[in-house]
Amino acid sequence: MHTGTDAITAGIDIGSITAKAVLLIGGEIAGTCVRFTGYNAKKAGRAVFDELLKEAGIAKERVSMVVSTGYGRNAVDFADKAITEITCHGAGAWFIDPAVRFVIDVGGQDSKVMRLDENGKVVDFAMNDKCAAGTGRFLEVMARAMEVDLDDFGALSLSGEPARISSICTVFAESEVISLIAAGEARENIVAGIHEAAASRISAMARRVGVVPPVMMTGGVARNKGMIMALEGKLGVPLSVSPYAQVNGALGAALLASRMDRPHP
Amino acid sequence: MSDQRKDTADSKKDPRKIRSVSRMKEIMTHYYIDAKTARDNAKKVAWITSGGPVEPLIAMDVIPVYPENHGAMVGASKMGVDLCRQAEEMGYSPDLCSYARADIACATTQGGPIGGLPAPDFLVCCNNICGTVLKWYEVAARHFNVPLFILDTPFIHGEMTEDARRYVMSQVEEYIGFLEKQCGRKMDYDRMDEVGRLSVEGLRLWQAVLDTAAHKPSPITAFDAFFHLALIVTLRGTRVAVDYYKELLDEMNERVEKGIAMVPGEKYRLLWDNLPVWYRTKWLSEKFASHHACLVADTYTSAWSGVLPLIDENRFLESMSVSYSSVYINMSHDRMIGKLKEMIEKYDADGLVMHSNRSCKPYSLGQYDLQKMVMDQLGIPTLIIEADMVDERHFAESQIETRIDAFMEIL
Ligand code: SF4
Repeated sequence: MHTGTDAITAGIDIGSITAKAVLLIGGEIAGTCVRFTGYNAKKAGRAVFDELLKEAGIAKERVSMVVSTGYGRNAVDFADKAITEITCHGAGAWFIDPAVRFVIDVGGQDSKVMRLDENGKVVDFAMNDKCAAGTGRFLEVMARAMEVDLDDFGALSLSGEPARISSICTVFAESEVISLIAAGEARENIVAGIHEAAASRISAMARRVGVVPPVMMTGGVARNKGMIMALEGKLGVPLSVSPYAQVNGALGAALLASRMDRPHP
Repeated sequence: MSDQRKDTADSKKDPRKIRSVSRMKEIMTHYYIDAKTARDNAKKVAWITSGGPVEPLIAMDVIPVYPENHGAMVGASKMGVDLCRQAEEMGYSPDLCSYARADIACATTQGGPIGGLPAPDFLVCCNNICGTVLKWYEVAARHFNVPLFILDTPFIHGEMTEDARRYVMSQVEEYIGFLEKQCGRKMDYDRMDEVGRLSVEGLRLWQAVLDTAAHKPSPITAFDAFFHLALIVTLRGTRVAVDYYKELLDEMNERVEKGIAMVPGEKYRLLWDNLPVWYRTKWLSEKFASHHACLVADTYTSAWSGVLPLIDENRFLESMSVSYSSVYINMSHDRMIGKLKEMIEKYDADGLVMHSNRSCKPYSLGQYDLQKMVMDQLGIPTLIIEADMVDERHFAESQIETRIDAFMEIL
């Protein structure tokens, strides 16, 4: 339930690499902001919030409720409540499309999958196990090994026939990639193989929870077309991409804030 | 032992403090002193696996020592990483069970919380818990140059077959012969009967203590059970253990009467699967308590008393072949799920938390299948957290915190 048609709420998502913020006014997205987290999560939370408000031209006092999320959620001292990114990503995806029943979120340091009920509430979830395989970090390391710009990485994979990369470990996979380069394998095939490897890791996790369509992809890696294709192939269902993929957690946090009836002190 | 204990014991006026804790510490201190001074008192020391048949040792007046209990102490005193690393430097794989790594390091360096275990006169290894113990005890036998007795209990897929029962029974007979040879005297079967009865009595009392958690609010949490379990492992079959658990049971019943809740404002009741995370019991218990969640029971501390229905106290030795073969981690998933269902109903649990334990493969293998079965058949939410019981390098705090918080949000 919204606190009022013109209620103003904010969600702050402190990830390991970037801090994100979303402003909701009367149930509409009124602003988003992304910046690097740096080493101080507390400072990053304040900075991203200030910037968000400045851009939207809204005074701090008018924000009735703030919810923080992400790994640094407890460091955001001005938030009214901290809620995990699992719950927030579910809520964010539901906000964009209430029909969505399954969310795949692939961020810089972790990946997670969530199954939702019809109210956007998470019924089950899984997160990657202390490992970079199947995260944005994996793709980043591989792009560097291949000397390809990260932004072109996904597109390049679309034109290749996936080379076989058997290891799921980032470190071993990197040496496999280097041997493939040395063996003269075509670049796009290696890149496609890398996407296949990451997708199979993520799809295994998704299947563990049980994929129910429609499926939405969120997180920074949702921008990578190669990853979407590879995942669709593995899961056998189409994926929609949230237009607010990168700030989806913050969006969910802002939405949950708007549902809380306690006014800001 | 577990640091959570220190915490509750220190807060003198807290009604939630379990009084028996200090008695337990006393008993365990005496036990280790007796074991360490066994030679001065012309007593023999045997190392034995946690699930091994200890009763014949007690009947023969041998002091049983448990490297796994010692491993738990290493974990609780946060010395695991250092000792595991030493074992790795000796060439043992980081994938080897951290109890084994910690124990092997302690044995060679006299390190750890009590300066190493007393050297054994002989070893008794029962593989009803895992295959790791076979190699671990072979290593110990070579290191100390002492005899090793292996009791091989076949894995139970459906029901234990008559052949399997006879196979284990013949080994029980060999076991008695082995002990008679090591001790240089005959087994006193009257004494053996007496020890068998005490063992059963102790197990019954322990199960009764665990069962008090069925009350709402629960007077005890699994974190307390992890601590109070020590005597059922080390001194099963003795009067000391029986007396102790009587005292503990009285205390728990008193708490039930007074309505004392171990977790103030208990709102959720959860079941725990697998061994404790020894170096993080305090952190975990506070984490769950902050969500008003009480871990009411677990599959681990109930593993010893779980076989009670299979023991015939009047024919203890004969029934031992079945009861020792039928422990929780020596049986098929179908039987495990049956056990889980029973516990979920008995303790009226709202959710299941599974510790995927890097060290203990037989316990952790198949947890994802069990999780699925629990969700499909019982419709209760489950959470899996990855860690290790002793090796802290496998514990990622913020990952685990997020998982627990998210799980509690779902509940
Ligand atoms: S592998 Fe498991 S059962 Fe075996 S000794 Fe280690 S903790 Fe115990």
